[in-house]
Amino acid sequence: MSDAQIPQTRQTPSEETALEPGQTPATVPPVEPPSRFSGVLREIATGNAVISILAVVLALVAGGVLIAITDEGVRSASVYFFSRPADTFRAIWDSVSGAYTALFQGSIYNFSRPGFLNGIKPFTETLSFATPLIAAGLGVALAFRVGLFNIGGRGQMLIAAAIAGWVGFSFDLPWGVHLVIALAAGIAGGALWGGLVGLLKARTGAHEVIVTIMLNYVAYYLIAYMLRTPGLLQAPGSNNPKSPPMKPTAIFPDLLGPQYNLTLGFIFVIVATVFVWYLLTRSSLGFKFRAIGENPHAARVAGINVKNMYVYAMLISGGLIGLAGANQVQGSITTGFGSGIDAGIGFDAITVALLGRSKPWGVFVAGILFGAFKAGGFTMQASQGVPIDIVLVVQSLIVLFIAAPPLVRAVFRLPTPSLVPRVKPTRLSGKKAVVTK
Amino acid sequence: MTTISESPAASSAKVVLQTTVVKSWKTPIALAFFSIVSLIAFGIIGRDGTSSFRLSTDTDFFQLPVLHAPTRATAIVISIVLVLIAASSAWLVRSGRKVPIWIVAVFAVLLLITFLTWASANHTIPVPGLLIGAVGLSVPLIFGALGGVISERVGVVNVAIEGQLLAGAFVSALVASVTHVPVLGLFAAMIAGMLVSFVLAAFSIKYIVDQVIVGVVLNVLVTGLTSFLYSTVLSPNNESLNTPQRFERIDIPGLSEIPIIGPVLFRQTIIIYIMYVAVIAVWYCLFHTRWGLRLRSSGEHPQAADTVGINVNRTRFWNVSLAGAIAGLGGAYFTLGSVGGFTKEMTAGAGFIALAAVIFGRWDPIRATMAALLFGFATNLQNVLGIIGSPVPSEFMLMLPYIVTIFAVAGLVGQVRGPAASGKAYVKS
Repeated sequence: MSDAQIPQTRQTPSEETALEPGQTPATVPPVEPPSRFSGVLREIATGNAVISILAVVLALVAGGVLIAITDEGVRSASVYFFSRPADTFRAIWDSVSGAYTALFQGSIYNFSRPGFLNGIKPFTETLSFATPLIAAGLGVALAFRVGLFNIGGRGQMLIAAAIAGWVGFSFDLPWGVHLVIALAAGIAGGALWGGLVGLLKARTGAHEVIVTIMLNYVAYYLIAYMLRTPGLLQAPGSNNPKSPPMKPTAIFPDLLGPQYNLTLGFIFVIVATVFVWYLLTRSSLGFKFRAIGENPHAARVAGINVKNMYVYAMLISGGLIGLAGANQVQGSITTGFGSGIDAGIGFDAITVALLGRSKPWGVFVAGILFGAFKAGGFTMQASQGVPIDIVLVVQSLIVLFIAAPPLVRAVFRLPTPSLVPRVKPTRLSGKKAVVTK
Repeated sequence: MTTISESPAASSAKVVLQTTVVKSWKTPIALAFFSIVSLIAFGIIGRDGTSSFRLSTDTDFFQLPVLHAPTRATAIVISIVLVLIAASSAWLVRSGRKVPIWIVAVFAVLLLITFLTWASANHTIPVPGLLIGAVGLSVPLIFGALGGVISERVGVVNVAIEGQLLAGAFVSALVASVTHVPVLGLFAAMIAGMLVSFVLAAFSIKYIVDQVIVGVVLNVLVTGLTSFLYSTVLSPNNESLNTPQRFERIDIPGLSEIPIIGPVLFRQTIIIYIMYVAVIAVWYCLFHTRWGLRLRSSGEHPQAADTVGINVNRTRFWNVSLAGAIAGLGGAYFTLGSVGGFTKEMTAGAGFIALAAVIFGRWDPIRATMAALLFGFATNLQNVLGIIGSPVPSEFMLMLPYIVTIFAVAGLVGQVRGPAASGKAYVKS
């Protein structure tokens, strides 16, 4: 997994101007970049932001094609395509625009509702869907930065949700204290489940990919057993494998009043993002993490205790994913949880982390984008009958396209950045290759 | 995948220039622990009654009698044997020798028999049924693991096994339903797996995207694509598009009548016979042919391979495609061999288990197959015990293979080392 850190190392020169503490200030361009208008245009056209936007556009186009070819109206109109082609195009337009309008109205702003406060409700939905995605995405991203691939989000979330839920429904504590203790317990649960992986890797050399996959199943069956066993997590007097509802004191309060679903969890996630940003870019621990992610051999030679760092990184990574798990029971589904409480977020988080290039704020934005897709996807499914699975297709295509800028450039016939004098060509080209010396 | 830098004997490297005898007490301690647990839990605490094992099916060449054994006494006797094995392994380590792997294997099998004896008190365990189901459940895992082994040996990390299985399952169901010819479904599944591999290969080799990223994303893409098409296309036309004809069981004459082995190995569908051939072929070709040597050299040291005139990226591209085709076959087993019609996300994480089998099997086709069989066996053991009424909650039985794997990876396999250049793109300079 020594290449898992690649997403954040594929930096563009524009990003590199913001120096990270680990970097030497040698990145100051020795050559004056071309200041002419065409140079600026070229810079914009080859920049990362444009690639990202175009990748989103490409993915949406591909999704549109899928929606169109599977649409009933389009298929019935295409039977007589050669006699009345306009019908087919109208049907295509209707199906695709209908779907994407619903996606927008379900995720950003609904113009059909009266007033701004009602219209903006979808966006708050987006943010509440984004909350666990960002938290778990941060956890996966942090592990990526240390060169670890944490596929164990599911298990860590389940354990965290179970512990936070257990504290949340079985204790009577004052308002505020209860919430914090349940949250802390959840984070600790996730951290332990993740830290176990780090410990096994550090002490025995067990491959973290296997161990996390295995622990996902162990956690799932453990929680499933506890949920159907009276006296453990099962709601008393019930036969369903479901826990009792949270006590009101353990539930995250609404952030914007009762008409919105956005809870305090979102604030916690912002705090977590700042924490990870600080940890990675400003702290000595984060520097060690990144050093190991870049090259564990070099880091060991430099005197960093690589094994301990693996444990710390997995502890923190698990803790962040634990925050997502606690948010599930304390913020999203407070009426009692089943064994599917993780809702696939542990796996979505990997895509979020990849899209965010394992950078804290990148993950934050990627989480909101995916949250928007999730929120809008449900509206689209309900109003247009387009299955929400299309969202998975669009999301994965976005990540694929963003990861392959040459492809996007080829599709849109953008100039290749190699024509522009680069400040640090080695950093761009030789990074992920087996360098032939 | 991660390569760990420290050599396992780094701590004992103080003894310089002498034959360092590394005495690892890990194995004897583990064996002693499990043998004592077995003695206490299954023997002394134990359960009374008679355990029965049915060894034959009705159509066997000759019938083996049903084996009856008094539960507690049998458990105690075997547990004592286990203790003796543990003691002898300790003696071996003490005298500076290694504990051979077959001792561990025998120990594991005996421990399993003790457990089965204990669990089946006053019940009958159908041994052939247990093993047949185990083989069936491991088929997709084995195909997936073979695909993973080839792909990783040539230098491309294949996290997309899940996607390849799922694509194979979807396309084979569709094609077999439309054409009513299951064999065509099989070919379609290979092509589908190959297409997924094409994307993996194109992005990781041409566009030099990180291979793990492409793999993870491809899983999501295929999951989304098949689920979407299932909801919009297959499910409304279930009769015409999603009712594939399944393969008939083929009994190999003669061989299929041998007790235990016959029904387990030689009364199966064509996919499983293909699997036998595939395992042997992949193993033989990988280690005994020029193709295999080139493949492995591209994954271990692409620069050296390039120097002797091997086109590394072309080798990688086509072998990753081959790996996808093999994994696609495993997907076809879901729809043409076992379940029938396609359902959303029907592979249910089998691709990830196959990935674990690849690493567990140390990138060796035979060992990976064994690891996959272990997973299949453990899953089916739970099914069988669930039917006869297991004394252990079913969740813990289901958990068992995963816990065993963690122990095995942490204790026995240890620091596994994949192909050196796996996961790294090769850019000729």
